[in-house]
Amino acid sequence: MDAFILQILNGLDKGSAYALIALGLTLIFGTLGVVNFAHGALFMIGAFCAVSLSKLLQLSYVTIDETQKDFLGNPLKVETPYVESWFGPEVGAAIIDWSVPLSILLAIPVMILVGLIMERGLIKHFYKREHADQILVTFGLAIVLQEIVKYYFGANPIQTPPPDALLGVSNLGAWFGFELPYPNWRIVYFCFSALVIAGVFAFLQFTTFGMVVRAGMADRETVGLLGIDIDKRFTIMFAIAACVAGLAGVMYAPINPPNYHMGMDFLVLSFVVVVVGGMGSLPGAVLAGFMLGILESFASTTWATTTLPGINQIIIYLVAIIVLLTRPRGLMGRKGVMEE
Amino acid sequence: MLGLNKNDLTLLLVVAVLTLFAPFILNPFPADSAMAQFNAGYPDLMQRFIIFGIFAIGFNILFGLTGYLSFGHAAFLGVGSYAAVWMFKLLSYNVVPAIGLAIIMAGLFSVLIGYVSLRRSGIYFSILTLAFAQMSFALAYSVLSNPKFNLTNGETGLQVYKNDPQIFHGEGMQDFPHFFGIYMNSTHTMNVGAWSFDFNAGYYLCAIIMIAVFYLSIRIFRSPFGMMLRAIKSNQTRMSYTGLNPRPHTLAAFVISGMYAGLAGGLMAAMDPLAGAERMQWTASGEVVLMTILGGTGTLIGPVLGAGFIKYFENIFSKINDNILHQWFAFLPDGIEDFVVFIIHPFIGKGWHLTLGIMFMLVVIFLPGGLVEGGQRIGKWIKSRGKSDDKTATTEPAE
Amino acid sequence: MGILEVKDVGKRFGGLQALGDVNLSVKENSVHAIIGPNGAGKSTLLNCLVGKLIPDTGSVMFDGQSVLGRSPHEINQMGISRVFQTPEIFGDLSVMENMMIPCFASRDGAFRMHAVKNMMTEKDIVEKAEAMLVDMNMADKRHMHADSMSRGDKRRLEIGMCLAQEPRLLLLDEPTAGMARADTNNTIDLLKQISDERDITIAIIEHDMHVVFSLAQRITVLAQGTPLVEDDPENIKGHPKVREAYLGEAA
Repeated sequence: MDAFILQILNGLDKGSAYALIALGLTLIFGTLGVVNFAHGALFMIGAFCAVSLSKLLQLSYVTIDETQKDFLGNPLKVETPYVESWFGPEVGAAIIDWSVPLSILLAIPVMILVGLIMERGLIKHFYKREHADQILVTFGLAIVLQEIVKYYFGANPIQTPPPDALLGVSNLGAWFGFELPYPNWRIVYFCFSALVIAGVFAFLQFTTFGMVVRAGMADRETVGLLGIDIDKRFTIMFAIAACVAGLAGVMYAPINPPNYHMGMDFLVLSFVVVVVGGMGSLPGAVLAGFMLGILESFASTTWATTTLPGINQIIIYLVAIIVLLTRPRGLMGRKGVMEE
Repeated sequence: MLGLNKNDLTLLLVVAVLTLFAPFILNPFPADSAMAQFNAGYPDLMQRFIIFGIFAIGFNILFGLTGYLSFGHAAFLGVGSYAAVWMFKLLSYNVVPAIGLAIIMAGLFSVLIGYVSLRRSGIYFSILTLAFAQMSFALAYSVLSNPKFNLTNGETGLQVYKNDPQIFHGEGMQDFPHFFGIYMNSTHTMNVGAWSFDFNAGYYLCAIIMIAVFYLSIRIFRSPFGMMLRAIKSNQTRMSYTGLNPRPHTLAAFVISGMYAGLAGGLMAAMDPLAGAERMQWTASGEVVLMTILGGTGTLIGPVLGAGFIKYFENIFSKINDNILHQWFAFLPDGIEDFVVFIIHPFIGKGWHLTLGIMFMLVVIFLPGGLVEGGQRIGKWIKSRGKSDDKTATTEPAE
Repeated sequence: MGILEVKDVGKRFGGLQALGDVNLSVKENSVHAIIGPNGAGKSTLLNCLVGKLIPDTGSVMFDGQSVLGRSPHEINQMGISRVFQTPEIFGDLSVMENMMIPCFASRDGAFRMHAVKNMMTEKDIVEKAEAMLVDMNMADKRHMHADSMSRGDKRRLEIGMCLAQEPRLLLLDEPTAGMARADTNNTIDLLKQISDERDITIAIIEHDMHVVFSLAQRITVLAQGTPLVEDDPENIKGHPKVREAYLGEAA
């Protein structure tokens, strides 16, 4: 029983990441009709926001402490981060420690800006072109973005630890009387994702802006005829989708040390998630994200991998192929949407 | 002649001459000169030109004619390589059965994937092929390399070991792929004055095969079948309401292009008897997409140009480093020289992929017809300039 | 027995009864028009005939064989060709190639792989396509990009492509919609000529009464998914029910 629950929990963090990226992908597809192969790169940029901030905060100056000697007997060089000298050692250390959650503050404006530039500068010009062209140009953009990141941050994964307070493992089963150790940060990640997802849904459900966007997703032309400037709202939607992917990336940094190709790795799977959930369906994307995350986690158990070696590597693709062939519009896709 | 019209025949002859004389053409600089770094006449680089050319020609038969964008073609290349190495392991180092099996296996594999993927079109097709390719990669990388059933040898890559059966491997034969005794790595170097030219057996095998499959692709483009494929790209509704079933047509195109990929994979193994899973990754599929688009989708020569262009500049760009840049810009004042080098630095050496990505985006945005369209535009521009020069004598230019 | 027999065909879309108990009989070598106000189910009916939609109830027989459950290309191979409301042609191909494709389709069937033959060496196909272009008055346009032609020419080409297959039944879906008067009259003349000169049955869905009454020998009026009346043009003109349902609102 506890092993069963543990597998579900293990699937949640990956599932959350899938769900958040897929949510943005499907939002962009639903509103702008564009298949964005650069969406994984946005996730990666988010993760590198966390990396950059933690590096920035650790920028230090060197002082020579005459009172201490190193093992060679020379005066000890002490590196003091600027933040510590500005805010005092304790607050400064705390800020450095909490750099990953703090990166959210950095990531939001950065991602919105990146999203706006991407949409206005590039994707706008591809609305009327074929899907193949959209795929190709965003694929090119994804390569460019990841190569830029590789240039500045190198090819190796960069360890980005969560705050010490959230480093440990909690026994989630304690209330129910069994052992269920689970890393704290993953709990945080899941809660954070749930919050972001709820935020996006609330925004679409309860604001006039969201209403127009939903109406536009259902029938773009009619809404356009009402004299509403759909394009402008869609641009903002793109920025929001970029932001969601970025936030998913920021908080994922401690789980999986960011590297430049993490975006591509997640992109392929997120596409699969979108397709399984139903292109253009927001609840479908979330549902399929968590489902596939959990499924993957079950397929990674020793029982599964000894019965069918490598099943964990291919399970998601298998599911996607089966879904696409038997129910092409996906689990929750609307009838008639992209069913060719 | 050869069932081709005049233009196609000229094109074929030009390609044939260029490939056969490539060892000269690609080594225009004396071996000891500073410019020798721009020479590309090394056997392994030339082999890569040709092999990726074959891969791209095949990909173009699918994407260029039918418009179905596959992101999974590297899987067929990988299957071809694995099949070829297995032939080396089981039979002998002769490349003929190896390449044969590579084509057959890639063909069978593409029937399977194509049959499933082609039930959808548009982006769904792209995503399905992508999923298949990633699955094949995972299968090759881990699933099919367990001790009980080791088909791919996982991370290490499949290679020939001393204790492999190699039932037809003759006494005294070298341990390297050969074509009835002609070893693929045997190279004849010809020195003419300061120049040196390498003639490599493997390269010429690839070159002759490429000319043959290029000829085949011209025939396919000009055939009724090729026209049907273009009709599918143009209007599938009219296609089916004209009594034609699009699916077997697209499947046939898919399988043909899969077999081209398998052939490329087989040749790759024949030049270097090793097959690794990374050949199947979807970024490798992306590479052939880049080549085809960059050269010119749907044109005959485009994919070959694109493959040559990318592989050539990959080689050159990776070799350039800051020192070389400083030499080039030495004529500039110091501050400006450093600045120029600083600006160019991210795009060279390991930054080649960045350059490639930017180039690719520019082509998709501004030049959807690729290099071929670019060439045509320049040709037109020169022509019209010539004409308008004549006109200016009498009238205002048309603009 | 007509060449096309539609019996009790019904089709629902969710809560909407698009077609209910449609009966229709098209006589061989006649021109049969199906008219009706917007939303009467004309296009739905047409889509049921060509295999794009499968009706929920009833049967559709063409020349004694059921067409239900067959895919569009199979139905086409039985001898039914369809002309669309907006011309569906191969826009990226030349006019000549457009004309050759149906010739191949009727000679070789739904799929046959001629992968290494040069298509211009297929003498019979080339001759047939050229003859058809001459018939359609388009011989001078053979090298043109099909997409670069005027709408009237595209329509003409599409009809020519359908005829090249020598179909027994030609279905036309509002062939003159959105056309200028001159183009409309040209199309009427063309269709008249076709029905006079060839062994062909024409079923036409049309909005334009001018077109309908200049061509049709028999008319079915469809309203709200059911046939109101089927009769000769003279009787349709004066029929009170028809006036009420259709002509009344137009007049």
